[in-house]
Amino acid sequence: MKLEEFNQLEQFKINKNEKNKILLENLIELTQIHFENCQSYKKILEKLNTDITKIKDIKDIPYIPVRLFKDFELKSVPDSNIVKTMTSSGTTGQKVSKIYLDKINTLNQTKVLASIITSIIGKQRLPLLLLDTEMVKKDRSMFSARGAGIIGFSVFGKNTTYALTDNMQIDFEKVEKFIQDHKNETILMFGYTYVIWQFIVKELEKNNKKFNFDNIILFHTGGWKKIKAEAVDAIEYNKRVQGVLGNVKVYNYYGMVEQLGSIFVECEYGHMHCSNHSDIIIRNSKDFSSVEMGKKGLIQLLSVLPTSYPGHSILTEDEGVILGEDDCPCGRKGKYFKILGRIKNAEIRGCSDTYEKH
Amino acid sequence: MQKLEDVVILMKNINYIIGSNNIETSALEPFSDCVCDFLAELSSDLMKSTVIRQYPDLSAIAFWARTANIKKMKENYIQNNRIGRGLCFHIAPSNIPINAIFSYIFSLLAGNANIVRLSSKDFPQVNIISNLIKEILVKYPDIEARTAFIKYERDDEISAYFSQCSDCRMIWGGDKTISIFKKYETKPRCVDITFPDRYSVCIINANAILNTTDDKLIRLAENFYNDTYLMDQNACSSPQLIYWLNDNKEARTKFWNFVMTYANQKYILQDAIAVDKYTKMCEDSILYDNLGEITIDTNLLYRAEIKKLNENIANLRGKGGYFYEYSLKETREFYNIVDEKYQTITYYGIDPEIIKEDIKRYHLKGIDRIVPIGQAMNIDIVWDGHNLINELSREISIQ
Repeated sequence: MKLEEFNQLEQFKINKNEKNKILLENLIELTQIHFENCQSYKKILEKLNTDITKIKDIKDIPYIPVRLFKDFELKSVPDSNIVKTMTSSGTTGQKVSKIYLDKINTLNQTKVLASIITSIIGKQRLPLLLLDTEMVKKDRSMFSARGAGIIGFSVFGKNTTYALTDNMQIDFEKVEKFIQDHKNETILMFGYTYVIWQFIVKELEKNNKKFNFDNIILFHTGGWKKIKAEAVDAIEYNKRVQGVLGNVKVYNYYGMVEQLGSIFVECEYGHMHCSNHSDIIIRNSKDFSSVEMGKKGLIQLLSVLPTSYPGHSILTEDEGVILGEDDCPCGRKGKYFKILGRIKNAEIRGCSDTYEKH
Repeated sequence: MQKLEDVVILMKNINYIIGSNNIETSALEPFSDCVCDFLAELSSDLMKSTVIRQYPDLSAIAFWARTANIKKMKENYIQNNRIGRGLCFHIAPSNIPINAIFSYIFSLLAGNANIVRLSSKDFPQVNIISNLIKEILVKYPDIEARTAFIKYERDDEISAYFSQCSDCRMIWGGDKTISIFKKYETKPRCVDITFPDRYSVCIINANAILNTTDDKLIRLAENFYNDTYLMDQNACSSPQLIYWLNDNKEARTKFWNFVMTYANQKYILQDAIAVDKYTKMCEDSILYDNLGEITIDTNLLYRAEIKKLNENIANLRGKGGYFYEYSLKETREFYNIVDEKYQTITYYGIDPEIIKEDIKRYHLKGIDRIVPIGQAMNIDIVWDGHNLINELSREISIQ
């Protein structure tokens, strides 16, 4: 099944046998495309003695370490086709990943992100409050993951409003007006896990203030590292968010700049879900063999979206565990998993823990 | 010179693990009795303690500083016309933390007072031995007055201040650290001993592997492990490249199997190292067309075959069990790529005398040590091409 056709299928509804078949076919094709069009990728596969014609299982798809995107310009299309270069938002001095996107790749990212998000919020556009500052999207020449996320999310909303000023202060007047304007409507919110925590939750708590929204769907992403350091887990996080914002359904999602679009959303039961377009394999660090369900190890992520750069199969530096497949009580099909955090001692990646004090 | 109040402000940012800013800077004679006694006590206390089983680098110190070894060195060193230079400032490395202590001991034996800047990272074995030294020093006031172990976050002013006071400096930590410290003003007569980034290789005679017993190969594998895996190949003296003389596939397989067997029992492969090795393999594939096949035995051992010898080879650095290999037709085949970066050759089944003579005959700029496999890490008073006792002391001539 070709990607265009695949994109028509409803998210989280296909069972594993059907999904495996479609994914495998598409991932093999992508491996071949990148092999032929990305010299660096080809050299790696040659050293690994990969015979693409012999790939029979998703586990056989070769994977490249995510750090390579920091040190090399990996792309499979001519420079003239590249319309966007995405970067991870590293802190000063850190190397950032550079992801080269052409039109088709960008379009597919947008489509797939939309199909995943609308499977949760429905097809209608909702009033959108972005829990960030408008500053992050000002520099359009180099997209950082944070700015791109904001822009990407904006398509699901209307009357888009930014909750923070340029100085990362809550713009109370603006937010209050937004509440007044959208009484009795479902509100969509989006922001970065840490930014929400630092500049919304803690700030409101400190000043003994809160907003009273009736009905919010909040999506957040970006990683827990800094928040974990404050010994706050997801349950606590959600409780405190609800405490300052009102009636909120909180959806955390996991995504990497290397595989934008095919994000992994955490369901109501706290499980991260693979969408139709993505898959996860857990590998043990001893020999990179895949481990059985329930065992922890390094996370390998697969996505059928990357066509302009060889990012369809990457080995991350995160640890995780697969909890099940097709049988989550939330009803979504596909593998579901838990992320346990970055492996110890590895290079510190700052995908979107973006706000650093200088 | 700096004004006193400036210095006082500076000192607030320095953590004195041992000693104080009031350090005695006058020199002693090399191998003075109090220093030898102090080292004997340090060694025997370490030997008695149970922690050395946990930290092989501490047992290396205990073994090196044992009475018999110090006595032997002192006897070999009968010279009564030398005295230390005065104050030595040590900038310790963070790749091999224990070298801070060796650096201190060598300079102490040469007769100097010492300020040792420890790495700002915390290493348990360095903490243990620092505490022990502090305890023992109480009984040796002459050395105690001449010793300071300090920690401070990178700070130009503090580093510049100590550099200005020093009569000699031991600068570890590689090229970057050296270039930073060279910028500070020192006394015109200050002697710097620098330990830049170096490169080390191993030469194995394949015939010798085939002609020896399994028992000996087990020991060889253990020795090779100690040179490499033990410190994740982080040391400059740890070999990156294995040169095979009289190359033979069976010998290679045999050798690596023994190494793998030993490493399998001993080595704890960290997740991050596994990812680093795989990443390194991908980077190598992209960057070096000069590499042939890369053999991966689980994630414990990566071996990349080098097609052709050239100067770039010294840039190929593995870690945690990632080696490069090349089949040598004769020993001197690699001499024309030897530059001043080459430090240690570890060997098996060859005569080190031949290489030593060749270094002179072919005017090689590098290779400071030629030692059997297993001794790559054995630091000593002659290190990196320097006789540290001589260079850290001065000679008085009389006529």
